Amino acid sequence: MRPDRKGPAGRHWLGRREVGIGVVLVGLAMLPFADLEVSTHDPWRHVSRFLAGFLSPDFNSIRSIAWAVVYTVAFGLVGVFIGSLAGLLLAPAYHLRPVRILAATLRAVHELFWALLFLQVFGPSAITGALAIALPYSGIFAKVYSEMLEEADRRPDEVLPPGSGALSRFLYARLPMALSPFRIYTRYRIECGLRSSAVLGFVGLPTLGFELDAFFKVGRYESVAAVLLIYYLMIATNRQWLRPSLIPVFLVAAFGLLITLGGPPFRMENLVRFLTEDIVPAPLRDASLLASSTWDQLSGWLDVLLSTQAFPGLWSTVVVTQMALAVTMFVALLGFPLIVARLVGKVPSISGHLLLVVGRSTPEYMLVYIFLQMLGPSMLPAIIALGLHNGAIIAHLLGRQADALTPTLRPDAPRGFNLYVYEFVPRLYGNFLAYIFYRWEIILRESAIVGILGVHTLGFYIDGAITEIRLDRAVLLIAVTVLATFAVDAIARGLRRRFQLSMNDLASREGSAIY
Amino acid sequence: MTLLSLAGETIGWKEHDVLVGVDLSIQEGETIAFLGRSGSGKSTLITHLYRRLIAAGRATALVPQDHALVPPLSVFHNVYMGRLDRRSSLYNFANLVRPLRREVAAIRPILAEIALEPEMFRPVERLSGGQKQRTAIARALFRGGDILLGDEPISAIDEKQSAVVLDTIRRRFSTVLLALHDVDLARAYCSRIIGLRGGRIVIDKPSGKIERGEIEALYAA
Repeated sequence: MRPDRKGPAGRHWLGRREVGIGVVLVGLAMLPFADLEVSTHDPWRHVSRFLAGFLSPDFNSIRSIAWAVVYTVAFGLVGVFIGSLAGLLLAPAYHLRPVRILAATLRAVHELFWALLFLQVFGPSAITGALAIALPYSGIFAKVYSEMLEEADRRPDEVLPPGSGALSRFLYARLPMALSPFRIYTRYRIECGLRSSAVLGFVGLPTLGFELDAFFKVGRYESVAAVLLIYYLMIATNRQWLRPSLIPVFLVAAFGLLITLGGPPFRMENLVRFLTEDIVPAPLRDASLLASSTWDQLSGWLDVLLSTQAFPGLWSTVVVTQMALAVTMFVALLGFPLIVARLVGKVPSISGHLLLVVGRSTPEYMLVYIFLQMLGPSMLPAIIALGLHNGAIIAHLLGRQADALTPTLRPDAPRGFNLYVYEFVPRLYGNFLAYIFYRWEIILRESAIVGILGVHTLGFYIDGAITEIRLDRAVLLIAVTVLATFAVDAIARGLRRRFQLSMNDLASREGSAIY
Repeated sequence: MTLLSLAGETIGWKEHDVLVGVDLSIQEGETIAFLGRSGSGKSTLITHLYRRLIAAGRATALVPQDHALVPPLSVFHNVYMGRLDRRSSLYNFANLVRPLRREVAAIRPILAEIALEPEMFRPVERLSGGQKQRTAIARALFRGGDILLGDEPISAIDEKQSAVVLDTIRRRFSTVLLALHDVDLARAYCSRIIGLRGGRIVIDKPSGKIERGEIEALYAA
């Protein structure tokens, strides 16, 4: 605390307010560059047909939907299981720079990009689905587990006999001290894995996204409603049926099921070709590395790829990201009062909860997909959907904190709108900004990925390159996405440090839900 | 033979120095009690002595004040950790997954001695405060060696148990250095009493020659 530097006007808070307004202004400044066209002929007809579907959901395809649920659970569990094991192995070495970079790269590539790549090597098989989840999750697990180890009590380790082996020290005195937060976080991640698994269906794996895509394509909105209702039921009840004691049983069954899953047989030569040929830049394949013409061709290849795909894609990704971030801020600030009983009353706060649950448990990709069906392919549905999804996540966290603050309010505290602007917003503003900066990198990754749906962000070009089986281009474009993620992460970290924004409740399930 | 001697040393914990001008010489085979109000520097001194003895390569067991146990692990595993340096990582890992018969056989009599045997395979987090403290003591007993350092090792144990525990400790270690809060136990079990007050040693006498008034002055406000 340095009150002398704050000044009578509270310079600190002013600085934070300005940075918040700055993020909104950057979002607004993107308006001239954004393609916000509504290209469907009659969007309201689509919206009303979609909503009407929920009034008469069609469960005739329940057999295929049920199988999709089974596969969704199987891929989710197996992927998270492998990812958590790998993360656990990486976590103790996370202080090493190469491990940190590896983990950051693994998690900077979205599940869907991993899936698109693996589909080229393994086809729509069990390995593709499991790895697509396991790889990015292992990067996340490595980071979060290592932070939890860092925060755990070190005293038992310090009093161990000198000369005890590093592995023994870790297994006896370090790991057990962090086991409880590990369990809570891993359980939360299993739920995320179910959502990721559902989304993998959009690129051809037999999970819920596949059913949703199929019904949307033929305009069967009643069946779409059925799939969505079953999806929400699965997510909402997962803690009831996916009990910790049953998880080993589910896991064995999931492995068993995935092994029997058909698909093209695994061929080692495919993997070798993928690594040694497909992803090598075209000018370098079978070319003499000593000839200068090879390098001229490479720089030409790079030039064309960067100027016609990477930079336009990156710019669109940034435009979508910044506008979605501004929408996220509004949704979060206007959304969190909906679940605070003191502000809106007990009964309305329950429907507020329902609204936010739908917003945050619908995967961003699925939400963008739905909005795109209504509004046609432009940046508009992506910005709205990403803003709603991320805003709902932050609103939920803020709302819970506001609830926790309620008993500490003075007895003569103002009510209603005054309570909101004078007590809750100022008290929660620091956390709000911290959450915004944590989500920034994630929104960028999501903006890139929704390109697969036709918005011209990086994912659009990556998907195009993969469709043309130009995997060398796809890998380079993915690398651009990763670097952009790193850059945003570095800026966000700098801002968090500059404005002293931190989340102290990372170890709790609620706190870690920001990732 | 002199085990350790400090001459005019300042012993600090983090930034602020807690003990100033410490003159202290400890002989092998001594049983010493450190007395003083909380904050007088007992813990700092014990920690410092432990580090010095370890650095000198002396086989030293420690019972720290906060026990430093691993709550999710069983009493057996916490006690076993006293000898984690004796075996290979592979052996330790095997013993963690499934307690090895030979280690169970080695630890059982120690737990029996301090009435903790029935709790052998219970997680430490489910024990009472006194049981946790006895687990920390059992870990030190299992570690073994010539010297035991204990920072309030019997603060949560009832009188009858305390006597048993102190007897066991004295039987198994030749040199015993304990921070204690119970003056009568200190006089009964230790041959020498060192009183600390305000970061200085103010009493250093054989326990037989100490006056009641001297000790009262140590604790006076």
